[in-house]
Amino acid sequence: MSRQAILLGLLLAAFALAPLVAGPYLLSVLVVVMYFAYVGQAWNIMMGFAGQLSLGHTLYVGLGAYTAAALFVHLGVPAVFGLFASVAVAALAGGVVGSLGFRFGVKGVYFALLTIAFAEFTRILFEHIPGLGGPGGLFLPVGDRSGIDLVHLRGHPLMFYYLILAMTAGIFLLCRRLVRSRLGYTWLAVREDQEAAAALGINVFRAKLAAVMLSAGLTALGGVFFAFYYNNLFPNQAFGMNRSIEIILAPIVGGLGTLFGPILGALILTPLGEGITMATEAMGFKAAGIKQLCYGLALLAIVKFLPDGVWPWARARLGLEPGDGDGEDDR
Amino acid sequence: MSGHSSPMVNRRGFLAAGAAGAAVLGLGGRARPLHAAEPLKVGLLLPLSGSLAREGQSCKRGADVTPALLADMGMPVQLMIADTETNIDTARTRAEKLIADGAQVLVGAFDSAHTLAVAQVCEQRGVPLVINIAAAPNITEQGFKTVFRNFPTAPKLVTEGLALMKDVFKTTGTTPTKAVFLHNNDTFGTAMAGAVNKLFPTLDMPFPLVETIAYDGAARDLAVEVGKAKATGADLVLLVPHGDDCIRVIREMVKQRFEPKAVISPGSPGMYEAQFYKTLGKYSDYCMTNLPWINPKTAMSQALLKAFTKAYPDALFEMNIGYTFEAILIAADAAKRAGSTDPKAVLAALPVTSIAEHVMIGGPIVFDAKGQNTNTRSATIQNFGGKPLVVLPSEVAEAKPVFPAPGWQQRG
Amino acid sequence: MTIDLANQIVTGLLTGLVYSLMALGLSVIFGVVRVVNFAHGEMTALAMYAAWALFTWAELDPLLGLPLIALLLFVLGYVMQRGLIDAFVAKPEHMQFILLVAVAIIMVNGSLLVFGPDAHGIQVPYGFDTYEVGPLLVDKVRLLAATAALCISGLLMLFFRRTMTGKAIRACADNLVGARVIGLNVKRLYAVTFGIGAACVGAAGALLSMLIDVMPSSGPELTMLAFIIVIVGGLGSMGGALLGGILIGVSEVLAGYFLMPSMKGMFSFAILILILILRPQGLMGARK
Repeated sequence: MSRQAILLGLLLAAFALAPLVAGPYLLSVLVVVMYFAYVGQAWNIMMGFAGQLSLGHTLYVGLGAYTAAALFVHLGVPAVFGLFASVAVAALAGGVVGSLGFRFGVKGVYFALLTIAFAEFTRILFEHIPGLGGPGGLFLPVGDRSGIDLVHLRGHPLMFYYLILAMTAGIFLLCRRLVRSRLGYTWLAVREDQEAAAALGINVFRAKLAAVMLSAGLTALGGVFFAFYYNNLFPNQAFGMNRSIEIILAPIVGGLGTLFGPILGALILTPLGEGITMATEAMGFKAAGIKQLCYGLALLAIVKFLPDGVWPWARARLGLEPGDGDGEDDR
Repeated sequence: MSGHSSPMVNRRGFLAAGAAGAAVLGLGGRARPLHAAEPLKVGLLLPLSGSLAREGQSCKRGADVTPALLADMGMPVQLMIADTETNIDTARTRAEKLIADGAQVLVGAFDSAHTLAVAQVCEQRGVPLVINIAAAPNITEQGFKTVFRNFPTAPKLVTEGLALMKDVFKTTGTTPTKAVFLHNNDTFGTAMAGAVNKLFPTLDMPFPLVETIAYDGAARDLAVEVGKAKATGADLVLLVPHGDDCIRVIREMVKQRFEPKAVISPGSPGMYEAQFYKTLGKYSDYCMTNLPWINPKTAMSQALLKAFTKAYPDALFEMNIGYTFEAILIAADAAKRAGSTDPKAVLAALPVTSIAEHVMIGGPIVFDAKGQNTNTRSATIQNFGGKPLVVLPSEVAEAKPVFPAPGWQQRG
Repeated sequence: MTIDLANQIVTGLLTGLVYSLMALGLSVIFGVVRVVNFAHGEMTALAMYAAWALFTWAELDPLLGLPLIALLLFVLGYVMQRGLIDAFVAKPEHMQFILLVAVAIIMVNGSLLVFGPDAHGIQVPYGFDTYEVGPLLVDKVRLLAATAALCISGLLMLFFRRTMTGKAIRACADNLVGARVIGLNVKRLYAVTFGIGAACVGAAGALLSMLIDVMPSSGPELTMLAFIIVIVGGLGSMGGALLGGILIGVSEVLAGYFLMPSMKGMFSFAILILILILRPQGLMGARK
C-alpha cells in the first residue's frame, strides 16, 4: 500500500508540476494521455472489473459529448449542468445495451459485437439528425480562451489540462474505492464465475448492469471534456469504431483490471506514437503510414510478449505486491 | 529580412516572377539563386494517412513543388510537413509540435474538424493559420484573429455552382426539364446539400429539383441509389460526390442505361480526378464540375503546372494542388510584405493581403474581417478525352461546353 | 416502379452472394478456430490489391487470377495462424481482438505505403455490359461474380463433407478433446482452416475488385459488413453465411429504395442488433 501510495503521489505531483517545465506541445500530448487514461479507466470498470467486453464504448463518449454540447449550443446550458444530462443519457443507453444483452443472454464475443452494433447504429442515426449538425458537424462557439470559466468550460488550455488531470485522479480514487467495496467484490465474483456467483445469491444481472451504467456514465464525462476541448463534434469522430479501439488499447496494454493499467497504458501508447513519428522523421522516412505501421508492430509485440499487460510485469520488477488496493486479484 | 520593401505585391512583379520561375524550371534546373532572406518556416498539416489520405497526399504534391517556385519569386519558404493521420488528437498535437519546432505560419488542414482544432492552437499561440481547404462555414464564424481562409464556404460554392449551370444552358441553348440531386452523406457533402436545398428555390433555376438522394460514400455499392435516381425520370443529375464514389455512380448509370442530358456537380471533388478518367475511360467524358479551378491563363499557374508535371508526371493537376500552393503563397507573401518571418509580423500583414496574380480563377486574394477570402470564384470544367478543361467563364475558357452530352452508347 | 425495384432486388441478390463468400471465410474460421478475425476486411482489401496488381501488370482478368489470389491468401492465412494467432486461441476475446487490430493496422498502412492512398479499380473489357432478361437488366460482371462465388461456396461445402481433411477439421470444431484423443494434429488443422478462410477472402476479393474500388481504408468497412452477414446467418454456419449475404444485400436495397439510401447501413445494424438479441446463434446456426 505505502509504496503504491508513494508511486501514485509522485505521478500526481509530476503531472501537476509538468506545466512549469513542459511547453504547450508536451502539455497537449499529456492532455491526450490523460484523456485516454480517463476513458480507459471508465471502460475498465465494465471489462476489467465486471468482465463485460465492450467494443463500442465510444457510444457513451459520443452521447455524453453531444448531449452537453447540444444543450450548450441550442439552449445555452452551461457545461457544468449539461454534464448531468450527459451522464444520465449515457447511463440510460448503457442500461439499454446492458439489459437487452444480459436479459437475452448475449455472451462473450456476441455481446462485444452487440456493443459495436449499437455504436455504429447510433453513428448513422446521428448523421441524420439535422438539429445536431448531421455529418456537417456540431460546432461550439469557442469564445474567450484566456480566462478560466469552469462553469461554461471555456478558457485557457491549462484549465483543460488541470481539469482532465483532476478527472483522471478522481476516477482513479473512485475505482480504488470501488474495487474494495461490496459492489467491487460482487463484480469480481461475476467476472470469475458467473454461475458460482449466482449460486451464492448474487444478483448477476444487477451487478453487470451496474457496471455498464456506471462505466457509461463516467465515460460520458470524458465525452463532455472532448466536446468542450475540441469544440466540434462529428458523428464519425464521436461514434467511430476507430475511437472505440483507441479507448480500449490503453487499459489492455497497461493491464486489464488493474488500477494503474489504464494510466500506464496511456502513458506508453500516446508517447509511443509521438516517439515513432519523431524517430521515423529523424531517420528520413517521409512516407505516410510508416508511423502507424511501426505502431501496429509495437502493439503486436506488446500483446505477444506481455499478454497480461505492462503493469503486472512492471509491478513485479518494482517489487510491489499484487492485490491490496490494486484491483488485481492474486491470480 | 527581405530586401523587398513594397507593401503591396503588384501584378507586374508577380507576372515577372512567375515567368522567371517557369524559365528556371524549364531549364530543368533545381538550382535556384540564393536569397539573402531568411526562409519562412511554414508548418503544413495534412491528412497523409487514414481515411483522408488520398486528398491529403494530393495537397502534399502541390506543396512539394511550391518552395522552389516561391524562392524564384523572392519568397523563400521552408516547409515542415506533418501528418494529422485523419485524427483530431493528432491534428492538435502535431500543430503544437510544429509551433514548438519553430513553424512561423501553419497551413492546413483539409478536414474541417481538424482545421478547427488547429485553429484553436494557433489562436492561443498567436501563430497565423492559412487554411488551404476546409468548407465548413463555422470556422470563420468563431471570431478568430489568426485564421485566414482562401477557400469558399459551401453556400458560396453552391450559389456560384448553380449560377454557372444557368450559364451552361444559356450558352448551349438547351435546358433540362427536371433534375435529381445525389450527394455523398459525409461532412462536405452534407454541407453542400444543405446549401443546395436552401439556395435552390431562391436562385430562379430553370428546372425543378424532383428528389434529393443522400448516400453513404463508403457504402460498397451504389446500384440502388442510381436506380432510385433513374426512377425519377430526371434528365439532369446534380452530383456531389466526395472521391471515388462518383466512379461507382457513373458506372451504375451506364449499366442501368440511365441517360440524363448531363451529370453536373455544383462544386465537389471527384469527377476530375485521375482515377475517374482511368477507370471510366470514355464514360468519364462530358461530366461537368462547377468549382474553383486553376486559372489556365496565368503565368503563375503555368509555372506551377510545369513544376508539377515534372515532379509528378502521372498525377492530376487539380484544385487541391492549386489551393495548397496558394495558401503557402499567401503566407510567404505576408512575410515578404512584413519584411520579417516573425509570426506576429506575418499576422499583422495577413489581413491586408491583396494578391492580384495567383493560380486559382477569381479576383485578387483579399480577406474580409472574418479572415475569409471573398474573391474566390467558380468555373465550369468539363471532361474531354480524359482531361478537365475550363469551359466557363468564357474569358478563361479552354473549350466550349457540350450540353446535352452524347448518350453512353453513342460514344466511340 | 416495379421493374426498377425488381432490377434492384436482382442486383442486391447478386452482390450479396459475393459478400457472402467473403463472410463465409469469417464463419469458417470462427466455427473451427473460435477466433473472430477482426482483420477480415483488411485481408479482403489485400486480395483486391492483388487482383488489381495482376490485372494492371500482367493483364490477368480477376476471374482467371482468382485461383492464384486464393492460393496467396491461403498461405497468408496459414502463416498468420501458425506464427501469430495460434498462441492466442485459448486467450480471452479481448486479447484476440487487440492482436488482430494490430494486424489490421499493419495491413492498412502497409498497403498505404505500397499502393498509395488512391482508389484502385479494375475495368474489365466487359465491365459495362448488361444482359436483358425480359424487362430486367442484369449486370454481366455481377452475374459472373455471383456465379463464381456460388460455385466456390459449393466446392467448399463438398470439401468439408467429402475429404478427409475436411472431415478432420469438422471433428476439431465439433469436439476438440475428441479430435486430440484420436490423434489429429489440431495445430496444423487450425492453420489449414485459417488458410481456407483466407482463401475464401482471396476469392471474394478477386471478385469484389470488379465491383468496387479498393483503397487502404476499405478494410474496416468490409470487416463490419462480414460481421453483419455472419451474425445474421449464424456465426460458424456455412449455409448461414450465404443466406446472410443475400438477406443483407436485398434488405439494403429495400432500405435504400424506400428510405434514404444513406440510412441503409443503419438498417443493417438494426437487423444485427435484433438477431443478436432474439437469435444470437443466427438464422441457420445451431445453439451450442
